[in-house]
Amino acid sequence: MRIELQRRSEVSRLFSLVSPLLALVLTLFFGGIMFWTLGKNPFDALYSFFIEPLLEVWSLHELAIKAAPLILIGVGLSICYRSNNWNIGAEGQFTIGAITGSILPVLYPEWHSPMILPLMLVMGMIGGALYAGIPALLKTRFNTNEILTSLMLVYIAQLYLDWLVRGPWRDPQGYNFPQTKAFVPEAVLPEVLDSGRAHLAIVFAIVVAVAIWFMMRFMLKGFEVTVLGQSERAGRFAGFSARRMVWFSMLLSGALAGLAGISEVSGSIGHVQPSISPGYGFTAIIVAFLGRLNPLGIIASGFVLALTYLGGEAAQLSIGISDKVSRVFQGLLLFFVLSCDTLIHYRLRLVRHPAPGGAHA
Amino acid sequence: MTVSEGSAAIPLLSVRKLTKHFGSFAACSGIDLDIAPGEIHALLGENGAGKSTFVKMLFGILDPTEGDILWNGERVAIRSPGTARTLGIGMVFQHFSLFEALTVAENIALSLDPKIPLAKIAEEASTLSKAYGLPLDPKAHVADLSVGERQRIEIVRALLQNPKLIILDEPTSVLTPQEADKLFETLFQLRAEGRSVLYISHRLEEVQRICDGATVLRHGRVTGRCDPKRETAASLARMMVGSEVAAVSRDTSAALGDVRIEVAGLNADARTPFAISLRDINLKVRAGEVLAIAGVAGNGQGELFDALSGEYPVTSNEAISIRGRPVGRLGINARRLLGAGFVPEERHGHAAVSALPLSDNLLLARSRSDRKAFLGGGALGVIRHNAVRAATRRICEAMDVRKSGEDPVAGALSGGNLQKFIVGRELDRQPAVLVVNQPTWGVDAGAASRIRQALVDLARAGSAVVVISQDLDEIFEVATNIAVISEGRLSASYPAGEMSRERIGLLMGGVHDSTQPGAVHAH
Repeated sequence: MRIELQRRSEVSRLFSLVSPLLALVLTLFFGGIMFWTLGKNPFDALYSFFIEPLLEVWSLHELAIKAAPLILIGVGLSICYRSNNWNIGAEGQFTIGAITGSILPVLYPEWHSPMILPLMLVMGMIGGALYAGIPALLKTRFNTNEILTSLMLVYIAQLYLDWLVRGPWRDPQGYNFPQTKAFVPEAVLPEVLDSGRAHLAIVFAIVVAVAIWFMMRFMLKGFEVTVLGQSERAGRFAGFSARRMVWFSMLLSGALAGLAGISEVSGSIGHVQPSISPGYGFTAIIVAFLGRLNPLGIIASGFVLALTYLGGEAAQLSIGISDKVSRVFQGLLLFFVLSCDTLIHYRLRLVRHPAPGGAHA
Repeated sequence: MTVSEGSAAIPLLSVRKLTKHFGSFAACSGIDLDIAPGEIHALLGENGAGKSTFVKMLFGILDPTEGDILWNGERVAIRSPGTARTLGIGMVFQHFSLFEALTVAENIALSLDPKIPLAKIAEEASTLSKAYGLPLDPKAHVADLSVGERQRIEIVRALLQNPKLIILDEPTSVLTPQEADKLFETLFQLRAEGRSVLYISHRLEEVQRICDGATVLRHGRVTGRCDPKRETAASLARMMVGSEVAAVSRDTSAALGDVRIEVAGLNADARTPFAISLRDINLKVRAGEVLAIAGVAGNGQGELFDALSGEYPVTSNEAISIRGRPVGRLGINARRLLGAGFVPEERHGHAAVSALPLSDNLLLARSRSDRKAFLGGGALGVIRHNAVRAATRRICEAMDVRKSGEDPVAGALSGGNLQKFIVGRELDRQPAVLVVNQPTWGVDAGAASRIRQALVDLARAGSAVVVISQDLDEIFEVATNIAVISEGRLSASYPAGEMSRERIGLLMGGVHDSTQPGAVHAH
C-alpha cells in the first residue's frame, strides 16, 4: 500500500478554490498544536490571535494599514512571478521607495505645498523602480540570477537607510534618536475615515489591484505576461520580448513596492527611522501565492496576512508569547499553500500493489 | 529465422489483457501480444494509439491497471526499469537521454553499477560495438556525434545488459536511409543470436522489410495481427488508421509566379555551443512553389527556421527578403505583416503554450497581424475574446480539429489535432509565404495527409511554401523542388522529379556539391 500522486488530466477548478482554504485550516490546526505544546489553551490562543483583532474598530483600521503595503507589493510580485521573474527583493525596493519619497519632507522641511504629497509618491515609485532595475539590468546584461541579486540588494537598502537616519538625515533636535524630523502635515498621507488611522494607502492598494487584474484578464499586455511566463520560446514566436518583460515586471513591482514604502512612512509613521517595515516585502511573497497570483485574490490574502501581524501583537499582550509567533504562522501558511497547490494538478490515490507473484530479483 | 532449442512453444514474452487507465481514459485496454525468441516483432500504430504507454509498462515505467505479463511463461511484475533489465529487457528510447558534454563511455557508465571502473566499460562497449557493426569511439564527446552515432550509444548501452528482448522506439525517425540500413543489419544479427526485438514504428515499408510479425494498435486496442510480409502497405495502413489514407493530390503543371521569399548568402553564427552555424545559405521560392528542405535532424534546420521566421534576426538585412522587401534584421511580427506565416517544429512551448486554451494560442501567432480584428481599446490593447473565439471555431472547422469542449487547452489535444490547428492558424490568413519546420513530426497518418494536402493546396492557390522535413516520403509527396541541408549548408535546389532517395541520402551525409569539405566552422 502506498500513496501515489496522479496527474490530473486537467486543472481541478474545485481545488483551485479549496486549496487556499485547506491551507488556512491546516495552518490553524498546526498553530493550535504549537500553542498547546507551549502550554496555552489552543482555542483561547487562536481566538486572541485571529478573532479578537477583528472585533474593534481601531484594530480594523490597523488591519487596513498593514494590508495596504502587503497588497501593493503582492500585486506587483504577482506580475513578476507570472512572467517567470523571481523578484525576492521587494523589501529593499520598499525601503528605497521610502527613502527617495522622503527626500522632499526631510531636506526641505519648510516647504508647505499641496504639491508635496503627489511628488513624494511619484519619487517613491521612481526610487523603488530604479532599485528593482538593478537586478533587471544584471539579468538582461549578464544573465545573473535575479533571486540572488534582488535579495542581496535588500540588505544594502536596509543598511543604507540605517546609515542615513543615524547620519546625514538625523534630526538635530531629536535628542540623538536615529530618526528624521517629523513630516509637515502636507506631507502626511490623509486618513480615509474619521473613525481611525487607516490612510489612503489601502485605497491605492485596491485601485492598483483592480487595474492589474483588468490588465491580466483583458489586455494584450497581460497575455504577454502569461505567455512569456509559460514559455519564453512561445513568447518569442508571438513576437514578445522576454528581455523587455524582465524590465516591465521588475520596474512595475519595484514601483509598487516603492509606493508602499513611501505610503507607509508618510501615512503610518510620519518620519523616517531605521526600522520601517516588519518584513512586508517578504510577507508579500506569501500574499502573492496565497492569492493565487491573482490580483483580486491578493486583496483577500493581504488581509489574511495582515491579521497574522495583528494577531502576533495581540497574542503578546493577552497570552504573553513572543510576537515572533506571527512569523511562524506566516511560514506555516506558505508551506501549506504551496503543498496544497499540488492537489490542483495531481490527485492523491492509494495504490495497492498488483498481486505478488513472478520473479523479480 | 532461428528458433532457440526446446522452447519453441513458449513465447519469450506474452502479454495478456494488459490495460492502463489514466483517470477515466484507457490508454491501453486488453492488449494481448506474444513475442517468440528470435523474432523481430513490430508494434504498429499512429501517435496516440497507446504504443508508448504499452512499452512503458513492459519496461517498468508505468504500472498496469490490469492484466498480466508473462516472461518465459511465468508471471512477472515489472515495477521498475531495474527489474526489467534484470529480467533481460533492454530499451532504446526515441528521444535519447544522453549528456552532450560527456563522453560515450561516461554516458554508458551512468546507466550501470557505479562500482564498475570506467576503463572496463569503455573496453566492453568498444568490443560490443565492433561485434555488432556499430562503430563507436568510447572517448568521443556526445556533442560531436551525429544522431545515428548517438543512437548507437543507446543501443550499446542496452546490449551491455545482455538482454533477451530489445525494445526500439521509432529508431529510424532520425536516421538517413543509409544509416537505417546499417541499423537493420544489426537487428538481423541480434535475431540470429536468438534475441527478440520489439520494433515500434509507423513506417510501413520498414516493418514489411524487417519484421517477422506485427501487432497493430489503434485507440489503445489491438486492431490487427499479421505477418507484415504478406500484407500490402495499404492494408497495414488501413489497420492502423481504420480507413484508407487519402493520397495527396497535386498538380505539377501550374506555372510559377514571382519570387516570394529569397535568401542570399545568409550566414548566422551558432548561438550555443551545441547549435549549428548557418553558412552561405541561398534559396529562392516562387509563388506556386513548394520547396522542401530535406536533412537529418540537427543539421541546422531549427537555426534556418529561426532565421527565416525572424525569431532570431540575422546581421545582414539584405540576406533575407520577403516579397522583395529586405527583412533580415526585422522581427517575426514585421515579417508576418508582409504576409508571411510560420509553423515551428516543436508544438508544445514554441508553436503553442500547452496550458493556454486554443483561442489564446490563436492570439499567440496573430496578435499583431490581426490587430484590427482581435484588439480594441486603442493603446490599452483590450483583447476581443469573442472575435478570437469565433476565429478559433472557424479554424477548427476548416481543419477538422477534434477536441473536447469549446475551447480546450492546447495540451489536451492529441499531437495530430494540435498540429492541424497550428497549421490552420496560419492558413486561415492566406499567407503569401509559409515556412514550416517538420509539418507532420509525430502526427498520425490521417492528420499528416490532411496537413500535406493543405500545404500543396496553399501553393496551388499562389503562395510560396518552404517545408523543412526529415521525412522523405513527405518530401516527395509535397515538393516542387528539393534542397538538402547538411551541417548548416544548403545544397542547390533540384526539381523533385530529378531527385532520388539515394541522391538525397548522399547530400544528407554531407557530400556537398558546391563546397569543399573541412570548411570553416564557427565553433
